[in-house]
Amino acid sequence: MIAQLIVEFTYFVLAVFVGIEVISKVPTILHTPLMSGSNAIHGIILVGALVIAADAHDPLTAGLGFLAVLLATTNVVGGFVVTDRMLEMFKSRRTNAEAQKQ
Amino acid sequence: MSTWTALVYLGAAVLFILGLKLLSSPRSARRGNQLAAVGMIIAVVWTAVGLWGRFTATGVAVCVAGLVLGGAAGTIGARRVKMTAMPQMVALFNGVGGGAAALVAVSELLRLGAGRANPATGFPSVFAIVVGGVSFAGSAIAFAKLQEMMTGRPITYPGQQLVNAVIALVIVGLAVTILAFSNSPVVFTLLLALALVLGVAFVLPIGGADMPVVISLLNAFTGLAVAASGFVLHNFALIVAGTLVGASGSILTKLMGDAMGRSIASVLFGAFGSVQGGAQAQAGADGRSVRSASAEDIGTMLAYSRNVIVVPGYGLAVAQAQHVVRELAELLEKKGVEVRYAIHPVAGRMPGHMNVLLAEANVPYDQLKEMDEINDEFRHTDVVLVVGANDVVNPAARTSPGSPIYGMPILNVDQAKQIVFLKRSMRPGFAGIDNELLYDPKTVMLFGDAKDSLSQLVAAVKSA
Repeated sequence: MIAQLIVEFTYFVLAVFVGIEVISKVPTILHTPLMSGSNAIHGIILVGALVIAADAHDPLTAGLGFLAVLLATTNVVGGFVVTDRMLEMFKSRRTNAEAQKQ
Repeated sequence: MSTWTALVYLGAAVLFILGLKLLSSPRSARRGNQLAAVGMIIAVVWTAVGLWGRFTATGVAVCVAGLVLGGAAGTIGARRVKMTAMPQMVALFNGVGGGAAALVAVSELLRLGAGRANPATGFPSVFAIVVGGVSFAGSAIAFAKLQEMMTGRPITYPGQQLVNAVIALVIVGLAVTILAFSNSPVVFTLLLALALVLGVAFVLPIGGADMPVVISLLNAFTGLAVAASGFVLHNFALIVAGTLVGASGSILTKLMGDAMGRSIASVLFGAFGSVQGGAQAQAGADGRSVRSASAEDIGTMLAYSRNVIVVPGYGLAVAQAQHVVRELAELLEKKGVEVRYAIHPVAGRMPGHMNVLLAEANVPYDQLKEMDEINDEFRHTDVVLVVGANDVVNPAARTSPGSPIYGMPILNVDQAKQIVFLKRSMRPGFAGIDNELLYDPKTVMLFGDAKDSLSQLVAAVKSA
């Protein structure tokens, strides 16, 4: 029990450092897409929602499970789609600029 | 957790990290987002497959219904949202994630049954419920404020911070009760309810201008709540992905605060511009005159200048004028005028928001200049066209130590030879303080809606 907790805590601490390191070099223009993209990543809670919803057996657990899966899926799908929409424009603009130069 | 599950989650975590890394460069950003999405699909599908034996009939129905409805809501919301409304959409998607994290923790506590909660599960559960609940309710208020479903101004009342402190104390009391005495459904339902109240109470006194920082902070909160749920379920993927977002979101929040010259503490507890700023604005507006000019005069001035820098602000976004401003810029370029855009880090409603808006209007990428890149160029610039921006060009940030925005990095618009302000009125910006630059002899004003004014300028430049 304690050993497992220690291992989990190690993941946590290391992930803190990775998270800080990965973000520190981002130009301002990408802050909004980045916030939106990292927003989609915490949609991983969907995995947790599925785990608790899987063995729903009465109205209360079913209700909780359904709500959790619903909210988490909205987070994941909405997050990735809206981020892609933002970044798609970055891409089309660059190709436009290149097309204009030629 | 089986060996294969552990390895699959490790793969997903690597894809998330690579995704975040690729998101930090415009060239690879889209690929980064797609990579992270692939990681997510792998983790979710593998989890569903691994749970196969455990699914009850109700469980299957519940999961399918949630996935289908949530997927539809997310897709429709994300596809339909206007680019100007993006910040509140991000807030919404963030809030539901926080809500899901809180519900996962509630379910686990329910499963544990009454009695004292084991601290290794109880503590992260309580944390996820409180932080997830605050994120859910806080994001909802942020959404309502930005969507103008309620006033964007700070909502304050006497003794507010005391009330918030009391709510926080009761929450701590309930948490201790769960951990030390009784994990009864009554107690953790009450805990969730109070967390929601705290989320509302915590965002109410924050004004619209500071909302991006708050959304970013709540994004980090949700990440931490998800990580806490990971400790509850002993799930590696949740711990790592949640923590990544918690850490990177905190850094992003600080970067945004720095760009606005605001500490996180003053954003959260300052009630910016509610009282102090209003009084100053009135005192500053007395007696001095501003120069306004016709669209024709300004059009001629633009057409016969060598170079123009456009400073787009939130007023441009509100007026949906990004297409017209691009049209004006193209016209000027045809006449041989060099046109660039100076993007303040917090132009629009979020750092980077203005770039997204201008990109949507097909403004060429290489014309968009960041503040540090262009700040020395203003002194060589004939005309600066400020469209719906105010605080980010206010020299008070450099010159008057008493000003609430003192120390905020600004665009050096005051060094240009001529300055044109397109503004709806003399009303001060979000910070609620007067702008000396409006009274500068080199400044001319064109009052009106940004889109109308720009259309008039387009016509004027065409005939010039």
